[in-house]
Amino acid sequence: MLLVCPAGNLPGLIAAVDAGADAVYLGFRDQTNARAFAGLNFGDADLRAGVAYAQARGRKVYVALNTYPGPSRVAQWQGAVDRAAEFGADAIIAADAGLLAYAARTHPRLDRHLSVQGSATTQAALSWYHEHFGISRAVLPRVLSVQQVERICEQSPVPLEVFAFGSLCIMVEGRCQLSSYVTGQSPNRHGVCSPASFVRWEDHADGSRTVRLNSVLLDVYASGEAAGYPTVCKGRFVVGGETFHALEEPTSLNTLSLLPRLRSAGVAALKIEGRQRSSAYIRTVTRVWREAIDRLRQDTDRWRELPEWNAALSAHAEGHQTTLGPYHRSWH
Amino acid sequence: MRLTLGPLQYFWPRRQVLDFYAESLDWPLDVVYLGETVCSKRRELNLRDWVGLAEQQTKAGREVVLSSLALIEAESELGALRRLAGLGNVRIEANDISAVQVCRRHGVPFVGGPSLNVYNLETLRLLQDDGLYRLVLNVEMGCELVAELRQAAAAAGCDLPELELIAWGRLPLSYSARCFTARALDLAKDQCGFRCIEYPDGLPLSTREGRHFLTINGVQMQGAENCDLLPEWTELAAAGIVLLRLYPQQHGTAQAVRRFDAVRGGAAVPPREPGCTAGYWSGLPGMQPPP
Repeated sequence: MLLVCPAGNLPGLIAAVDAGADAVYLGFRDQTNARAFAGLNFGDADLRAGVAYAQARGRKVYVALNTYPGPSRVAQWQGAVDRAAEFGADAIIAADAGLLAYAARTHPRLDRHLSVQGSATTQAALSWYHEHFGISRAVLPRVLSVQQVERICEQSPVPLEVFAFGSLCIMVEGRCQLSSYVTGQSPNRHGVCSPASFVRWEDHADGSRTVRLNSVLLDVYASGEAAGYPTVCKGRFVVGGETFHALEEPTSLNTLSLLPRLRSAGVAALKIEGRQRSSAYIRTVTRVWREAIDRLRQDTDRWRELPEWNAALSAHAEGHQTTLGPYHRSWH
Repeated sequence: MRLTLGPLQYFWPRRQVLDFYAESLDWPLDVVYLGETVCSKRRELNLRDWVGLAEQQTKAGREVVLSSLALIEAESELGALRRLAGLGNVRIEANDISAVQVCRRHGVPFVGGPSLNVYNLETLRLLQDDGLYRLVLNVEMGCELVAELRQAAAAAGCDLPELELIAWGRLPLSYSARCFTARALDLAKDQCGFRCIEYPDGLPLSTREGRHFLTINGVQMQGAENCDLLPEWTELAAAGIVLLRLYPQQHGTAQAVRRFDAVRGGAAVPPREPGCTAGYWSGLPGMQPPP
């Protein structure tokens, strides 16, 4: 089972490789990927250095090109595929069907992974991508229960990658317009959710803080109350007279306890979310998962999750809380 | 311009559904989309009921399209679709790539629904090769992107399929594996008791300062307000949109169909319905009031 870790810059890539990632995924400095944040991602020199660093150690580099180009931007996205091939990346991770077709046609030897943004949740959908574009792996959306993951592993025409740890989208990836409804900018088209330029924090005399996205009040925090990054889905709203996290709490996915089950199911790769996070996050989270996977491989029967692993992961989790999320049926 | 009735997005009691579609037989519609697109657990109507409704609508001269789920979480949920596709002589609205694959395998012509991610000509042409004959533009596709799509098609020397735009009703914005209605009622999804049937117009979600912001509809989130693109009628026609979709809402659907039909018949274009948005058409965020 491969461990696939995020990198938002070259120090992050080095941290991931040194801590034991089998593969690192990253993006270019534009809207061709779903973490198009200012100051993040890879220019040419960093990409060249990063690919060399990883491949010299037997690790792989995947380039995320997982947003959807509008008609006038197709050439730019195709150019990004060319760049990934030119720099010797091991695979691209893409969602747009047209872009996958271009990659298969133009760079047949560059592996193509279906991004989580492609929303493939069934054998039928996976077959469609496989038959058309020869994808060699698919990342499953974070909506399936562990039972559903097990079933789809049995039927899938391609090896599967699932999310193991990190921030959690409550909506099906690639099928959420909440950010664009409020700001006009979407994960699908612009590679951003709740862009920082639309976020407005206000401090009040009583110590409370409010946060708005464009003009919409997402939440009010009492004095001293921890506040996460304000996305629509993690705000507190009023439904039926009650104020609560109507869509989702600020919490992170942590599937450590499911590791043996995911391995038995035949999951090919585990993905850590968080290209926007610090090198310290990447180093810690990668190290914990490396150790957990290695121990499982060495002694499957006696494997158990160690408290120090979860303590280390929780320290880096959103709101310091973790959940099994959709893998656990009761979460739905 | 043809007027279409989009699939019913809410969970209504069986009687209400049957009455609604019986009433719709008198409306000036060209295409009717039938079937459950939001939640596979909603079974007030069974397949036979939907097929019965399809027969009524066909007799009334409409093109009937059977709409599929936007989020398919299990192969079993594709079973009904496979059976339908196997019948032949049906048209399906594919709202997920799984459904595209089923249509492709069975040689069934399909409409690409608004929850398929079609943003450019390359993707669209692949789907056309698989049997797509019409595309319902996803909610983000405004006038600029539609113009770009037409330019791209002209440059490539190919024909676009029929383009349909959501012109009236609440915009579908997102889908989840979690049921937000069940969450609001503090119920587990597996024991939801089908309580969304109590909210035929969805469950309003407001900000903490009382602004109605979104609408909860089971696993789907919608905008708070209806969108109404009737004031843009001339512009839509000029942009090459040939079908306008009106979504069934608890209130005002019949009146909306008649308003659109009146303009089609030559009446002056009226102002936007009070409280409605112009969606994404002009390039603004979907919830912004039009200028």
